[in-house]
This record gives sequence, structure tokens and C-alpha cells, in this order.
Amino acid sequence: MSDTLVLTPQQIIRKKAAGEPIEPDDSQQKDRHTIVVLVENTIGAFIRVINMFSARGFNIDSVTVGTTEDASVSRMNIVTTGNGRIISQVLRQLSRLVDTIGVVDLTGTDYVERELCLLKVRYTDRSRSEILDTSGIFKGRIVDITSETMTIELRGPSKKVDAFVKLMAPHNIVEVARSGCVAMQRDHAA
Amino acid sequence: MQYDIHTKVRPVKAGDTLPEPALEVSAESKRMSGAEILLRSLEAEGVKVIFGHPGGAVIKVYDEMMRIRPGFEHVLVRHEQGGTHAAEGYAKATGKVGTVLVTSGPGATNTVTGIADAYMDSVPIVVFTGQVPTNLIGNDAFQECDAIGVTRSVTKHSFLVRDVRDLARTIREAYHIARTGRPGPVLVDLPKDVLMAEAPFHYPEQVNIRGYVVPDAGRSDKIARAARMIAASERPVFYVGGGVVNSDASEVLTEIARTAGIPVTTTLHGLGAYPEEDPLALRMLGMHGTWWANQAIQHCDLIIAAGARFDDRVTGKLDSWAPHAKVIHIEIDQSCISKNVFADCAILGDVKTVLQQLKPHIKPKDTSGWLAEIDTWRQECPLAYDHDDKLRAQYVIEALREKTGGRAVVLTDVGQHQMWTAQYFRFLFPRTHITSGGLGTMGFGMPAAMGAAFGLREQGSDMPVVCISGDGGFVMNAQELSVAAAHKLPLKIAVINNRFLGMVRQWQELFHMERYSHTDLSDTNPNFVKLAEAYNCVGLRASSPDEVRGVLDAAWEVTDRPVVMEFQVVKEEMVFPMVPAGAATGDMITQRLTPNSFV
Repeated sequence: MSDTLVLTPQQIIRKKAAGEPIEPDDSQQKDRHTIVVLVENTIGAFIRVINMFSARGFNIDSVTVGTTEDASVSRMNIVTTGNGRIISQVLRQLSRLVDTIGVVDLTGTDYVERELCLLKVRYTDRSRSEILDTSGIFKGRIVDITSETMTIELRGPSKKVDAFVKLMAPHNIVEVARSGCVAMQRDHAA
Repeated sequence: MQYDIHTKVRPVKAGDTLPEPALEVSAESKRMSGAEILLRSLEAEGVKVIFGHPGGAVIKVYDEMMRIRPGFEHVLVRHEQGGTHAAEGYAKATGKVGTVLVTSGPGATNTVTGIADAYMDSVPIVVFTGQVPTNLIGNDAFQECDAIGVTRSVTKHSFLVRDVRDLARTIREAYHIARTGRPGPVLVDLPKDVLMAEAPFHYPEQVNIRGYVVPDAGRSDKIARAARMIAASERPVFYVGGGVVNSDASEVLTEIARTAGIPVTTTLHGLGAYPEEDPLALRMLGMHGTWWANQAIQHCDLIIAAGARFDDRVTGKLDSWAPHAKVIHIEIDQSCISKNVFADCAILGDVKTVLQQLKPHIKPKDTSGWLAEIDTWRQECPLAYDHDDKLRAQYVIEALREKTGGRAVVLTDVGQHQMWTAQYFRFLFPRTHITSGGLGTMGFGMPAAMGAAFGLREQGSDMPVVCISGDGGFVMNAQELSVAAAHKLPLKIAVINNRFLGMVRQWQELFHMERYSHTDLSDTNPNFVKLAEAYNCVGLRASSPDEVRGVLDAAWEVTDRPVVMEFQVVKEEMVFPMVPAGAATGDMITQRLTPNSFV
């Protein structure tokens, strides 16, 4: 964890006083961060992590939790947004909890991210082929179909799911279920 | 050994489907009830006093207490909030972990304020709450409350014990977590059936919590960097908080400050960490800190923050706080680093260990020019108040200082008297100033003083325990007077009675055009002398400056019970200097202004 992620207001003042350049948005820029948190596999541990976000006013865009190769450890994948200073606070506050075993911010590293999405859309004769086309382009799978609706299963990085849902928006979407993202660092060992 | 088998809700039998106990059980371990395991664990933990209040869910514990007579004292408090504050006072006075035992439901919720207070002020306490039997949890049973849920945001950690075989290990972990790192409150929720069930007792020596790492030594490259920054600075300041007191780092701090000639300013909780009569002492900084301490911060080129968290009451408006300073931050809680103020050199570790690492690198420096500059600020705006025939709180506090010579443990409540105590008492030793800083809990002072007195008695200390309270806060937990009286604690309680919620009144006068909305207490204040007498304490009263010393002398004659000294002071007095909330530290109000002159 770096101590110099983003400037504090006080440091910006100091830089201004010294006539040093300050990036206009370096304290306001909000980035999406994918954070992996390994916690004790108990409800209490999970709630403590979530509670920390709400008690300290941090955002959660998505959160997933599931077991790992070690039955006593749960893995939480949390997507949050904030500037560097906030994210560094999030990471420190997470590490500080007694139940957290490990905290890694994957953002900026080489990692794989996947999200599962089920999207149910009402189709007409006119829209049917366009929906199927789009779904095909995104490598979606039709998992249920009736005379009025079809349900498409899609997986991929959250951005891909975002794009797909956006393209489907003009059609008559009945419901969308997204899993939230799971993520893992790529291994560079030879 | 006799056990009441009829009251067992869920005995643990051999061949039970529950998982195997994680702890090793020695052959001679005998089975005992969860309640007895709790008491035996406290004994093993070295607990000497607990503050508690019985109820249905913990009745078994109280029953076992009577039967086995454990090697610690149980103090029956009259309200669970008083119990938690007493545990805090005990913990802060002794450095040990304070212990509270209460029942489920209202017993648990009544402790919440004390727990939150301990969380904000990093006080190590363990609170045992009773809980309804596990099979009733979630059923809205009588006196059921999700204590873990209610306290989640204000505890360092909490445990619900579901199996009697986990009880001893959980208690061991609870004390370990409360005591180590940045100390804080830990709650252990004990369902009634767990207290009734039986298991062998074994108190583990080792604690192994994989996710819990306690920082100790600082990184050597950072230490070296800090040493270079100190050597290069011309106008350094030590900014010292409660962490220095918690880690017993006063001695090494004093050595470094004196070697390098670095002036020391302390937060409210840091008071006493550095002797305030030392020439290098700048006293308290922040909203009601001294003019010269705040000026030193505004003009310094290096802040060495030790065990302090850059609270908003210290910094005021962050953008303009210490504009020229680089910051070294020595801190055990990583989440405090660069939270409010960016740390140019952050050293994660135990303050005492880090300062000891730093000490060999510190060379004598010539800071005389800097100190002379601070001295001009010191003379520019000294702490002062009117000396006339009216009684003022500051006068009372100075008289108490004179009476004790600074050899006293002083506890305060929250409000004007608290700030005046911080300004005028001139603390000399660590752990002699105990107050509710972070949460600002009115009603803290008196029960905390009681707890501190138990702590000092245990340590064989003869230092008097002085509680300085206000007429507003004192009444909030006055019921604990009877407990202090029953235990013959010679507390010296000064109630600074201005017949107002003084600090709120001050803000109303300064910032709300003198609209004194609901801060006048004259109709609802009790007769404090009679109140004291009703609780078997001695009540005394002074309403003019020349009566003060007589009252103090009379109070110090009493050695077998608390004394409540009511000081009837003027209501108009305000705490100065003052940085208005949200204002820049440089913009201190140093004296009373007419309401219209302040915008």
C-alpha cells in the first residue's frame, strides 16, 4: 500500500504554495476498484465488512461472497469507487478488521474478472432476430424461451455485461439478475 | 462438586454432533458449567475487579459467583452505563483491561454508550452480555436484543459464543484483542444455555487469530527517514496523543524531546504524557488549546505526530492547518495514517517501540530561535480569567491543582469544565488525566472516577481521585455515588455548577445570537449537597472564591466516603481561546467579543 496515492487538501495547499503543478482532478477523480477480501467463513465476518462500508460512508457497487479452497475462509469480491485517498482508507479499514485475513486491490494489476448475468426480455416477431443477434455477438446463451419472453445467460467482465444490458434496454426488459463480479489475479509464473 | 442438573438447557454429551473442541484438554480438567468457566477464565486472565449488574440471562454466573467465590471483586453498579464507564476509568488509570458483566436486552443496550465511548477513545474493556438461550435467538424472546448487531459499529470486535467448549478460548481472545494494538472494547455475548452447559475447563496460553496482526517495531528505513527529517527541520513540534499514554512511551518521548529541543504539544488524551510544567511543553492544542501551541503548529516545518489521529477538534479546517509542515506519523492503527492529514513519513508500529528505535538517531539540535518565537506567542496570549469576587470554574480548578500539587488522578465529564481542566490543571504524569474525548459522553466522569479509584486501590496507590464534573453531566450518572459510598471510596467530586449546559450555552451566545434554547438547568438541578447526603456521601458547597479552600480542606479530611463539592460559579464565563468549529486554527478567538463583533 502506497502512502502517496492521492494528495490531501492540505498537501495540495502545500504544493500550491511551493508553486508545484497540481493535476486538476487528482483529488476528485473516482476510479472503480476491485478489491478481494479473504475473511473468516462466518456470517459475522461478512457483516462486519459490509457494515464497515456503510458506517464509514464508502460506496459498494457490487459484492460477491463465496467459499474458497479452504472451507474456513470466504472470499469477498468488492467493487467500489472512490479517489485514491478513499480507496487507501477502504483498504486500511478492511485490513484492520479482526476477521479479515487478506486484502488485495486488484485494480492496476493484471487480473481476470467475470460476472454472470441473466436477462429476461419480452420479444416480438420484429425484435426477436435482433435480440438473438446481439446476444450471439456477446456469446450469450438462451437458457429459457416462451412464446413471449426469452432469458439470456451472459458472462464476462462487468463492462461487457454493462454494454449488453445497455443494448437490450430499447427492448422490453422484464428483469435483470447480475451476480456481481468475481476476480482473480493472473499468474505470471513461468 | 455439585451441579444443578435441572437447570441445564443443553448439556453437551459424549457423541454429540458438535465439532470437536479445538483446545487441548488436560487429563485433570474437570467439567464445569459455562458460568464457572467464565469466572475461572477471568481469574486466569488476572482480572481483579469487574463491574456488573445481574439479570435473568446471567443469573447462573451470579449463582456460581456466590458458590465458588472467585479471586476478583464484583462491584454491583446501579446502571449498566455506569458500569461501562467505571470499567473505562479503571482501564485508563491502570492500563489493564476493564471488565463489565451485564444481562441480555436492556442490560446490553445500556452498555452501548460506554462501549461507543471506549471505541472512540481506544479504551480496552471487555463487556460480557447475557443472551437468551440459543434456541430462542431471533424469536423476540423476553429481554432479547441482538447485542452483537447493535454494537457492531462501536466495538473493536465481538463474539457470540454458541458452544460452551469455545468459551474459554473466546474469552482469551477477547482480552487479547481488547488489550493489544490500538486498544478498544470487545463484546462477548453469552447465551444462557451456553452458561448452563458443561465442559472441561482449559484456559489457553497462546492466542492465534490469523487475521489479527499487532504492529510492533517500525520499518527501519522509515525510522532513518524520520531521523533525517527531524535533523533537517528548523521548527519541529511533537504532537502527542493518547497513544503515547497507552503504550507507556512518556519516558522515551521526554528523552527525545529534551535531547533535540523539540517542543511538545498534546491532545486532550495526551495530557500528562509530557510534564506540562516543562519549558518545552506547549500544553494542549486544538479548538480550546493554547494560543502558542496552535501558533507553533501553524508555523512549524515538521510535525512529529505520535499516537494521535488528527481529530477535527485538533485540526479545525484541514486545508489551512499546519500549512508549512511536513508530517511524521507514528501510529499503531493503520487506518489513522493519512486519513485526515497526509503523512510524509508514516511509521506503523507501537509508539514506544518506534520512539525507542528512533532515539539513538536523535542528535542534539539548536532550536533556541524557534523556542524563543514560541515564547513570544506564549506571552502574547496567556491563559487568563478575571480574578474578582465572583467564583469561576478556572479558579476552582487551580485551587484543586494547588491542593494536590498535580499528584492526583483527575477525571472530568464533558463540557466547559473539561476544557478548563485541560487548560488549567497542568498535568505532570501519564494516566492522571482521564476524560471522554472522542464521543464526548456527559455522565462519564463520576462512574469513571469510581472505576479509577478501584484501580488505584488495587495498585496500592495513595493518589487521590478527583472528579471534576458539571451540573449537567454529573446528574446523568449520579446513581453510582451510592456504589462509591458503599465501597468507601474517598472520591473528591467537584461539581462545577453554573446552572447551565455551559458549553452549549457558550455556542448559543457566540454563534446563535444568545438564544439560550433549553440550556438553563436552574429549574431542574437537584440540591447537590442533599443529593450527596442521600447517597451516603458528604456534601459541601462554595459560592465565592474565599470559600473554596475551606471546602477543599474539609473534603480532604474525609477518607471513608465520596465528597461532593458543589461550586456555584458564574454562568457567563466562556472557554477561551477558541477555534470556532470549521475555522482555521490560526483564527482563534482569544477573548470574549461582543456578540455582534463575531460573524
